[in-house]
Amino acid sequence: MPFIANTTDQRNEMLKEIGLTLDDLFADIPQELAAKPLNIPKGIGELQTDELLADLASKNSTHLTNFLGGGFYDHFIPAAVSALAGRSEFYTSYTPYQPEVSQGTLQAIYEYQSAICRLTDMEAANASLYDGGTALYEAMTMAIRITDREKIIIDDSVNPIYRVMIKSYTRNLHIHLDETGPDQGMANRNAIFDLLDNNTAAVIVQNPNFFGCIDDFTDLAAAVHAKGALLIVSCYPISLGILKTPGSMGADIVTGEGQSLGLPLSFGGPYLGFMATRMEYVRKMPGRIVGITKDTQNRRGFVLTLQAREQHIRREKATSNICSNESLCALRAIMYLSLLGKSGLAQTAHLCADKASYAWQRLTAIPGVTSHFKNNWFFNEFVLRLPAPAADVVAALIEKGFAAGFPLSRYYKDMDNCILIAVTEKRTREQIGMLAEALAGILK
Amino acid sequence: MKLIFERSIPGRQGVTMPERDVPTSINIKPELLRPAPAAMPELSELDVVRHYTALSRRNFGVDTNFYPLGSCTMKYNPKVTEKVAAFDGFAQLHPLLPQLRLGGSLTQGALQLLYETDLLLREITAMDAFTLQPLAGAHGELTGIMIIAAYHYDKGNKKTTILIPDSAHGTNPASAAIAGYKVVPVPSDKTTGDITPETLKPFINDEVAGLMLTCPNTLGLFNPHIKDITDMIHSVDGLMYYDGANLNGILGKARPGDFGFDIVHVNLHKTFATPHGSGGPGAGPVGVKSHLAQYLPISLVVKRDDGTYALEYDRPKSIGYIAPFYGNFGIIVRAYAYMRMLGREGMPAACENAVLNANYIKEKLKPYYDLPFDLVCKHECTFSAGRQMKTGIRAIDIAKALIDRAFHPPTVYFPLTVKEAMMIEPTETESKETIDSFIDAMIEIAQLATTNPEVLHTAPISTPVSRLDETLAAKSPNIASLTQLADP
Amino acid sequence: MVPENLLYTRDHEWARIDGDTATVGITDHAQEALGDITFIELPKISQSLAVHGFLGSVESSKAASDIYSPVAGSVTEINKVLTVQPDLINKDCYGAGWLCRVKLTDPDPSKNLLSPAQYQQFLESNA
Repeated sequence: MPFIANTTDQRNEMLKEIGLTLDDLFADIPQELAAKPLNIPKGIGELQTDELLADLASKNSTHLTNFLGGGFYDHFIPAAVSALAGRSEFYTSYTPYQPEVSQGTLQAIYEYQSAICRLTDMEAANASLYDGGTALYEAMTMAIRITDREKIIIDDSVNPIYRVMIKSYTRNLHIHLDETGPDQGMANRNAIFDLLDNNTAAVIVQNPNFFGCIDDFTDLAAAVHAKGALLIVSCYPISLGILKTPGSMGADIVTGEGQSLGLPLSFGGPYLGFMATRMEYVRKMPGRIVGITKDTQNRRGFVLTLQAREQHIRREKATSNICSNESLCALRAIMYLSLLGKSGLAQTAHLCADKASYAWQRLTAIPGVTSHFKNNWFFNEFVLRLPAPAADVVAALIEKGFAAGFPLSRYYKDMDNCILIAVTEKRTREQIGMLAEALAGILK
Repeated sequence: MKLIFERSIPGRQGVTMPERDVPTSINIKPELLRPAPAAMPELSELDVVRHYTALSRRNFGVDTNFYPLGSCTMKYNPKVTEKVAAFDGFAQLHPLLPQLRLGGSLTQGALQLLYETDLLLREITAMDAFTLQPLAGAHGELTGIMIIAAYHYDKGNKKTTILIPDSAHGTNPASAAIAGYKVVPVPSDKTTGDITPETLKPFINDEVAGLMLTCPNTLGLFNPHIKDITDMIHSVDGLMYYDGANLNGILGKARPGDFGFDIVHVNLHKTFATPHGSGGPGAGPVGVKSHLAQYLPISLVVKRDDGTYALEYDRPKSIGYIAPFYGNFGIIVRAYAYMRMLGREGMPAACENAVLNANYIKEKLKPYYDLPFDLVCKHECTFSAGRQMKTGIRAIDIAKALIDRAFHPPTVYFPLTVKEAMMIEPTETESKETIDSFIDAMIEIAQLATTNPEVLHTAPISTPVSRLDETLAAKSPNIASLTQLADP
Repeated sequence: MVPENLLYTRDHEWARIDGDTATVGITDHAQEALGDITFIELPKISQSLAVHGFLGSVESSKAASDIYSPVAGSVTEINKVLTVQPDLINKDCYGAGWLCRVKLTDPDPSKNLLSPAQYQQFLESNA
């Protein structure tokens, strides 16, 4: 039997020593509840498993040149990330509840928490949540806990996938959710200020937003704080290589998707939800937190701390029900950030912005193709308006070997001809040129 | 050991950048840019590799030695599952692809894998439909409770409470509370360690939306009254929720759907051998009986008549979206490979070996440690350090002493219903020799508890750090190393 | 034996009644069970409390507990030093570790409370 070391002889020896038979061990399961043999295929060996999975993998396309974004990006991942995160002392270990044998995990996560704070200009970060969407939801409930209010305002320029997740989670709860439609691709100040009052717990925005547009929320933070509410900003970590930080704008809670920090796209997961906040709110923050302390010999060590917030202690009064998080993904993120380093992260962000800018120039040079949000700054993603429905153009471009972008009609009204295109440091001048040629060809 | 930031040397860089083959044209206005780059470390690739390699050597994994954490199922993570999850055809796949027209045809392998995993889980648990979206067990619990809420809402039932045994894992009441229910704890029977129809009866009323149960329970004991309990809950139109954390105790030998459960979650990172990753990622697929299938989250993989696979989004009664895409796909790939490797005979065999290993430990340690429930257990057994407390030795001391003997400790102080609890789950992948040496260590510690308890209080001494001051960490939290924050 | 000049609840809170004011805290049993206290959440000044209503919460590194008010009234004073020295509750739970003072709205709060002997007996029967 695979992965079972004991031989039949050893099993019989053990049964004999404890004076039981195999049937005795399962006698407490009533006869009528005992299962018949499972109607699943017989087990297969390693070689056959490899071949079976390789065959399934081959039925997925990896040949398309990728310009898809929407919150999940095809970034360069240095080989050292997988080599280090693939060390089995990391990936076969459990949550570090026994700190003396888990200093590796604990210190690495402390470094990760520190990196997230430095990236976002915040003071306290947790050890990870599932993904950017559930992290945003947790930030929302955290703001509700802090302010003891029930109203949330969220702008439609926030990732629509996250918004629909939040709506699903809050369906049965006493939370009043207001959505504001974006104003020319930016968070709608007028609509937000109209709704903002002394019952608002938080305003939720994103930077760059789903359309790729860059904003500065300093004005929003001031207005939100004047009403005693909190500002929650969801952000794209690579963009923080060059963009003004949510912390410096006055954000109270910052969340985002950490997939772009060294995690493969992997068809939807595992991903990495990050969260950071101010020290004054740290006890209201969900998720595990690693802290520094001393051992009996006064040596520096790391432990899980502030556990009194968590489910295993607080149970129904916990800040969250989260138990398993995305620890190994957080490890990959700090390894990625350490390998890129201060300069490398900035250079990566520059490359993304420059290549996106180049792509924008090449594509808007095509007759009939225009920039949809003419006056907005963008980082590495932008919206183009095509002379034909974007969904059709994207399908045609797939046949030409490009995942050219995302048709916004799926999530936004009156944007049938709009396509969201993302460019990362992995895209070459040649690939961008070929996309432009292919698009021009289709639109003729 | 230094922090990675403390090793920084200005000007160093680890990676070489991809080529700049376009003009530099940052045309973002300066007010939108950060004044200085983020203070990430500046190190060579070797610096980084040495740092994290050194950290890994301060860590203990299943690959290191015996890791008998009760309720965590720390079974061996097969290496082939790591290999296949890294295939480009899985790792490079953008999740938005199937949402493009013609995109479905580009992801047939992934969709087929999800579909087949769904079918395997249905058969293993005797449920009728699965969602693979929940990103962890607790996430599955929340999804399941949301389905319970949707069911009652649809029927016009006014239900306000969820019943949960006092021995339950903390995620159970936390999940129920987050979904908006009032949690009502049900006491365990003192002789069996589990809830019984007698202990449950006073709590049955029309407010009950459902009962969350782990079976085998958190003590490793199978509940022989399970069918009666199910009938009692169903009699008030409540739903039975199965927490699958302990599925390894009945895998292939019994199925929760046959006991009468309406909703189950399974933990792929426990029963199905995906790695624990130092705390995650996991995956917690949720299965339901057919009357609840309409409430499953969007989207689901379906197989069309022509044999192709597609995502179904049109689900009007669904609870909505609980994850951004299709689940923790990389974890599901590993679990699928494992399930195919075990197959029809491998699953009950795994269970039988897990249960034998746990009972073997139980019988061998019985003379030395208090056993609150002297019953045949399933995949884990629970002791109490009650006897050792007479000389001032507690479960935590026994745990730390095991560390000095190169073992990872068992789960301690859980479940809350046993004082000084030590829950031992060997799993089926451990050999008799390993288990025997663990038993020897436990016996030695029991003897030291009487002859020389002081030495146990100082354990561990063989690790890079000794016992840590958790009070200090909580009182004055230092949870990030920060540089000067940028001026707004 | 618990102090004779205080009254108690089954949730291990104590109250010292001085005319129309009460001082409130948690008992030795509670602080012992929690271990080293690391954080205390106190009510706000002029917050109104109900008997057995939520008053605040106390945390140690391995446990957390809600505190319920033994009396009804409004908070007039809180023991601010606990925010920097929460361990005073461990060291002197009946004295320097007091939590807050309450102006009573009910002239006879003792009817909801246990006498020292009753609380002592409650502790012994639940040991």
